[in-house]
Amino acid sequence: MKKKKGAQKIVFKSEKDFPLMPMSIGSMLFNKTGAWRNIKPVINLEKCIQCGICWKFCPDVAIFIEKEWPVIDYEYCKGCGLCAEECPTKCIAMVEEEK
Amino acid sequence: MKKEKKMKLSLPEVELMNSGHMACQGCGATLAMRFALKALGQKVALCIPACCWSVIDGPFPYSSLDVPIFHCAFETAAVSASGVKAGLEMVGDKETTVVAWAGDGGTFDIGIQALSGVAERNDDIIYICYDNEAYMNTGIQRSSATPYGAWTTTTPVKHFKNRPKKDMEAIMAAHRIPYIATASIGYPEDLVKKVKKAKEIKGTKFLHIFAPCPPGWKSQPEDTIKLARMAVQNAIFPLYEIEWGEKYTLNIKLKEKKPINDYLKIQGRFRHLTKKEIVFIQEEVDKKWERLLLCVNGSK
Ligand SMILES: Cc1ncc(C[n+]2csc(CCOP(=O)(O)OP(=O)(O)O)c2C)c(N)n1
Ligand code: SF4
Ligand code: SF4
Ligand code: SF4
Ligand SMILES: [Mg+2]
Repeated sequence: MKKKKGAQKIVFKSEKDFPLMPMSIGSMLFNKTGAWRNIKPVINLEKCIQCGICWKFCPDVAIFIEKEWPVIDYEYCKGCGLCAEECPTKCIAMVEEEK
Repeated sequence: MKKEKKMKLSLPEVELMNSGHMACQGCGATLAMRFALKALGQKVALCIPACCWSVIDGPFPYSSLDVPIFHCAFETAAVSASGVKAGLEMVGDKETTVVAWAGDGGTFDIGIQALSGVAERNDDIIYICYDNEAYMNTGIQRSSATPYGAWTTTTPVKHFKNRPKKDMEAIMAAHRIPYIATASIGYPEDLVKKVKKAKEIKGTKFLHIFAPCPPGWKSQPEDTIKLARMAVQNAIFPLYEIEWGEKYTLNIKLKEKKPINDYLKIQGRFRHLTKKEIVFIQEEVDKKWERLLLCVNGSK
């Protein structure tokens, strides 16, 4: 539930670097999907009841729990708004992303 | 921050799906995978045929899952999984759970013969179909899981789909396999329980997970969970289990079955429907629900 470490992009310098089979050798964590976002979720912790529902329903695993509180990972959050919609106390606001 | 308390999470903490994947905003199929992996744990191998999930996972040489995936041909999910299972057994691995993970097109249509063969032999795999009710990966074409009335690119508004969704559970029940269950991303605790249960059973297990798709359903990404929950509450997608093709159990009982209108209203794919057509759909849902209750009550 902690944030996972980011990964490197893989660059093949020549064909010889290729694995023998077409297999995965790296993690998509290099792909910072936060760049897809138009609106961003902001949590007002004053109203948060620590229910974990936002963590549960994030399709992008972009909410982690730090010292018993939800934290949004803006590196990956795509801004779908599910967390804000499902939060029982409505303490997550979706705000315009500043560009 | 005023209060300090321990957070109580209703799902396992293990996270085998990672951020950085390629799914659209608010993708239901992605949540289905995240929840299923929480139940399956690390000792699992997946066989994924052509479907959104072969894209979501990421292009070569990357993956967004921390478990092995075998990307197989569109029609071969079930039989690839039994092959992987047989291979693992030959090298002495009896613990790894092998899971076929396919879309509705790959299950209800093109993969049905391979699945039927696997189920008839009762091969020891879990087959999971995440159902977004069309061929989404290739641009929203109708499948036999698309519901009556829906718009897709191959069933345009003037010729919307005029056949009911195929009853896949009934087809699987006719194979007399040990375990069949429907699940929904709107009820993750129930979903996790069912995947865990399937993991402990030997033989063919079939799970059907309801997974809304915002671009394909023309719905808002933030409504994905709401839609999944509504479909259970209005009995469009009831949650139940079938053991050995005979014993039916209803998992989410409905005190009051909600009308389907609100569910249809927030999806662009149903926007063209007239009052008359909606009444017809409601009647069909009611009939199907009554049939299910007969099966459930008959198994007691
Ligand atoms: C034999 C074959 N026919 C057609 C295709 C093209 N194709 C790839 S994915 C796909 C749609 C899959 O639909 P579904 O199984 O419902 O999964 P979804 O994309 O909706 O997640 C199609 C038609 C293919 N890859 N192989
Ligand atoms: S907006 Fe969507 S992607 Fe971002 S944290 Fe909330 S649920 Fe996750
Ligand atoms: S859903 Fe809302 S109340 Fe619950 S933990 Fe998240 S922010 Fe807090
Ligand atoms: S098209 Fe639908 S199922 Fe496919 S990735 Fe996008 S939201 Fe998910
Ligand atoms: Mg599909």
